[in-house]
Amino acid sequence: MMASNLSTPLPSLLPRSLGELFQTVLILFLAPLFLGWINTWRSWLSNRKSAGILQPYRDLYKTLNKEAVVATGASPLFRVTPYIVFGSMGLAASLVPTVTTDLPFGPAADAIALVGVFSLARIFMALAAMDIGTPFGDMGARREMMIAFLAEPATMMVLFTASLISRSTSLSTIALTLGTRHFTLYPSLVFATTSFFLIILAENSRLPIDNPSTHLELTMIHEAMLLEYSGRYLALMEWSSAIKLLVYFSIIISFFLPWGMASIFSVADVPKAFVFMVIKLSILGPLLAILESTLAKLRLFRAPEFLAAAYLLAVIAFLSHFILEV
Amino acid sequence: MPFSSSPLDLSILTVLFWFFIGLTALAGSRFPRFPLYLLFLPGGLGGLFIAFSGLSGLNSHVETLILPLGLPGLPFHLRQDALTSGFLLMLGVVSFGISLFSAGYFKNDHDHSSPGFLIFCYHLFLGSMAMVLLSGDGYLFLLSWEAMAMASYFLVITDHQEPQVRQAGFLYLLLAHIGTLALFLTFGILSAKGTADFSGYAFDRMQGQPHSSLALAGAFFLAFIGFGAKAGIFPLHVWLPEAHPVAPSPISALLSGMMLKIALYGMVRIWFDLIGVTRLSWHWGAIVLIVGMLTALFGILFALTQNNLKRLLAYSSIDNIGIIIMGLGLSILFFGTGHPIPGVLGLIAALYHSLNHALFKGILFLGAGSILHATGEKNLNRMGGLIRSMPQTALLFLVAVLSISAIPPLNGFVSEWLTFQTALSVPLLQTGGERSLVALSAAVLALVSALTAMCFVKVYGIGFLGVPRSHTLPERHEATFFERAGMMWLAAGCLILGLFPATAVGKIETITRSLTGMDLGEVAHGAGWLWLVPQSARRASYSPFVFLVVIVGATVFTYLAIRLLFNPRIRRAPSWNCGYPVRTARMQDTADSFSQPIRHFFSPAYRMKRHLPTPTDEHPVFMVEIDDHSWFWFYQPVRKSVEVLSSLVGKLQTGRISVYLTYSFLTLLFLLFLVKSP
Repeated sequence: MMASNLSTPLPSLLPRSLGELFQTVLILFLAPLFLGWINTWRSWLSNRKSAGILQPYRDLYKTLNKEAVVATGASPLFRVTPYIVFGSMGLAASLVPTVTTDLPFGPAADAIALVGVFSLARIFMALAAMDIGTPFGDMGARREMMIAFLAEPATMMVLFTASLISRSTSLSTIALTLGTRHFTLYPSLVFATTSFFLIILAENSRLPIDNPSTHLELTMIHEAMLLEYSGRYLALMEWSSAIKLLVYFSIIISFFLPWGMASIFSVADVPKAFVFMVIKLSILGPLLAILESTLAKLRLFRAPEFLAAAYLLAVIAFLSHFILEV
Repeated sequence: MPFSSSPLDLSILTVLFWFFIGLTALAGSRFPRFPLYLLFLPGGLGGLFIAFSGLSGLNSHVETLILPLGLPGLPFHLRQDALTSGFLLMLGVVSFGISLFSAGYFKNDHDHSSPGFLIFCYHLFLGSMAMVLLSGDGYLFLLSWEAMAMASYFLVITDHQEPQVRQAGFLYLLLAHIGTLALFLTFGILSAKGTADFSGYAFDRMQGQPHSSLALAGAFFLAFIGFGAKAGIFPLHVWLPEAHPVAPSPISALLSGMMLKIALYGMVRIWFDLIGVTRLSWHWGAIVLIVGMLTALFGILFALTQNNLKRLLAYSSIDNIGIIIMGLGLSILFFGTGHPIPGVLGLIAALYHSLNHALFKGILFLGAGSILHATGEKNLNRMGGLIRSMPQTALLFLVAVLSISAIPPLNGFVSEWLTFQTALSVPLLQTGGERSLVALSAAVLALVSALTAMCFVKVYGIGFLGVPRSHTLPERHEATFFERAGMMWLAAGCLILGLFPATAVGKIETITRSLTGMDLGEVAHGAGWLWLVPQSARRASYSPFVFLVVIVGATVFTYLAIRLLFNPRIRRAPSWNCGYPVRTARMQDTADSFSQPIRHFFSPAYRMKRHLPTPTDEHPVFMVEIDDHSWFWFYQPVRKSVEVLSSLVGKLQTGRISVYLTYSFLTLLFLLFLVKSP
C-alpha cells in the first residue's frame, strides 16, 4: 500500500490527500454533533427536554469568544497544551478510516502509533493540570493516569487482535481486510469488541467511570483536569474530547463494523460511505446513552477493577485468536 | 589524531588519550589552583573520536590486532567488528554529553575532597569500557571487565564519608564479583580445546567450536547470570537502586546509560557471536523472555513508588533493561524456531533501545544532578515549580520524559514499536506454548509502557510543575552553561534517533549482518529514509517525520486560526480551584500520594509496612515503607546459608599451630597420593 504511494505520481497523490483532508475536517466538525446526539438521547432517557442536538456548537462558540482567564504563575506548558491536544486529536482523526480506507498519509502511523498519539495528548493534559499546583488539578491528573495505565494497554491489545486477523498493524489494511472478508463471527473479535466498549467508557470519561455532566469535586476525573481552563483554551479542550469520542467510535466502526466504506476516494463511493457512517453512528450513539443511563457510577477504587476486566478481556481476545481460529 | 588511520587504531589511541587525561588529573591534583574540571572537555573530545571510530567501523569488515602484552602464550587480542563499533559509537556519543555536563557540574562541587582522583577514575572507567568492547579474547575481556568494575566502584563511593555510600558500594562490588565468577566459567566452557597454549581463549577460535548442547546451555545461562548481575536483571538487580542514588549524578548517568549496556554487549557477544545464532535453542529464548518480562514489570512497579528521584531513575533503568532483554529473548526465540526475519528485528529492537535508553536516561540523571545542585534536593516530595526557576533544564527534561514514555515522534517510541512488531510476528510460530508466551510478552510490554508514562508524569508533574512543596529550597537557579550543553547534546540525539529511524535501523543492520549473516531484506531497504518498514509495507510502516510535520502543522494552524477568528485576549487572575479561597503548597499531591493507586492495585508486589494515625493521636504520623520481596525471599536465605557454612568452616580454625601443621601434612599426603595414583 505504501510502496504504491511512493511510486504514484504527484497528480494522483493530490486528490487522495484532499480526500484524507476532507475526512479529517468532517470528523473535526461532526464531533460536536455526535456529542449533541448522545446528550439528546440522555435527556430523553431521563425524561428531560433536550437542549437540542446543536447545543455543543453553541457552547463552543460561546467559550471561544470569551476572553481567557489564566491563573497567575501558569507556565507556557499550560497555554500550549490545548493546542497540542487539539493537534493530536486532529492527527488521530486523520489516521482512522471512517469514510474511506484510501488514506495516503495512513502509512505514517499505524495502530501502535495511534495509541501513542492518544498517549501524547493525555500526558500533556495531565501535566497541564498539575502546572498551577491546585489540589483538584493534581487529583484529576492522578486519576486520569490511573485509568490510563490499564486502558491504554487494553486498547493496544484490542488493536493487536484486529491486526492479527489481517496480519497488519496498518489501520487502513485492517479496515479493508475486515470489511471485505466473508462474514464469520470471530470469537476473538467478540471479546475485543466487548473490551473496547468498556475502554470507550473509561477513556472518554463516561459513566460508570466518570460523569461528563457533573463537577462533583470528589468524583470528577476529566473535568478536574480542565478546571483552570477558560475561554478559547477550554473550548479547544472540550472540542478535543468530543473528537476523541468520535474517533473511538470510528475505530469501532472501521474494525468491527467496516461494511460500506469506500476503498478508493471517488465521487461515486464517498457519498454512499458517508451515509453508511451516519447510520452506524446514529445507532451507536443512543446505545452509549442507554448504557450510561442504566449504569451507576462506580466507586473510584472499583475503576481499576473495571479496567482490569477490560484488559484481561482484551488479552483473552488476543490469545483466543490462536486457540480457536488458526 | 590521525583520522586517516583505521578505526581500531583510532579507538586504541582514544583509550590511551583518556588514560593520559586521567594521569594528568592525578598529577594536577597536587596544584590546588589548577582548574581540574576543565579536563572533562578534552575527555569529551575523546568521546567524539571514539564515536567517529565507531561510525566508520560500522561495516562488515573485522579489524584485529595482537599486542604482545599480557601473559606468556596469551597476548592481548584486539578486535573491532560491527557490534563493537556500534557500542563504541554509543559510548562516544553518550560520554561526550556526560563529559560536557561534568565540566559544569564539578566546577561548583566543593564537597569532593579529591577531584583529581575522581577525574582519574572517570577516564579510567571510560577507557576500560572501550577496552571491554575492543577485547578479542576472554583474558583481556575479563581484565578490562574488572578494571571497569573497580573504576566504577571508586566512582560510586566518591562520597565515602557517609556509611550508606560505603554500604551501597560494597553491595555493588559483591554482585559485580559474583557476576565475574560466572563469566570466568562461561569463557572456560566456550574456549577452544586441544591447543597447547592459551590461544583457545581468543574469540576467533571460540566461534563455532563444537560443544555438547549441555555445555552450550551452561555457557548461555552462565553468561546470562554473569552479565545480568551487571545489567540488573531480576533478581540480581539489588545493587542498582542502592548504588545509583549515592553516586554523583554524571556518574549515575554513565553507570545507567553506558555500563549496563556494556553488560548487554557481553550478552549479545556471547549468545549471537560466540555460541552462534544457529545453535541457539528457542527454550533459552523463552526463559530469557520471561526473565525480561519480570524485570521490566518489577522495575516499573518499584519506580512508581519511589520518592527519591535518583532511586526512581535507577528502578526505571531496571525496567528498560527488562525491555531490552525481552527484545533479545524474542530474537532468540524466533531464531531458534527458524524465523530469521523477526529474529533480526528483535535484535535490532534491543540494540536500538539500548542506544535510546543511554540517551534519555542520561538526560534524566544529569537533570536530577542539576536539580540537586540548584535546590539541594533529591526527594521529589519537597520539590515543585522548577519549571519557573530552571526553564531550559525543564524543557530538556521534558524531551527525555516524552522519550522514555514512548511518545511518538521521539526515539523511545521507535524501539518499542520495533519490539511490538517483533512480538506481532507471533502467527509464524507453530506450537501453542510459544505463541501464548510471545503474545503475553506483547501484553506485558503494553502494560509496562503505560505504567512508564504514569511514572514520568509523576516525576515531571511533582518535580517541575506546581508550586514548591518546601520553603527551605535554597538558591534555585538555572543549570550552568556546560550542564545545559551536555543535556542538549543528548536531547538532540533523542530527536535524531526519533525522526530518522530508517537510517538508524540501516546502520544497526550492519551489526546483525556481521553477527548472523542476515538482515531485514529488500523491502526494508527499498522504502527510503522517510519510511520505517520492517517487514512489508502492507504489514506495518511508520514515518515519524510525516507524523511530526502533521502534528506541528495542525497545532500551529489551530493556534493561528483561533487567534485570528476568535477572542485573543488573556487576563491573569488567581487560580479558580473550584472556588476555594485558601490554597497552600501542602494541598498538592506528593510523589507518594500520586502513586497511591498503584500501591493499592499492585499491593501483592510490594512488601509494605504502613502506619496510619488514630483520630486521637496528638502527633499524627503517616508512614509507608516499601521493601523488595527479593531481599526476603532470595537474599536473606542465601545470606543465612552463607553464615552457616562459614561458621562450619570456622570450626577448622582453632588457632593452635599443631592443628595447622596437621592440616598441611594431610594436604601434602593427599597431593602425593594424587600424583602417584596413575
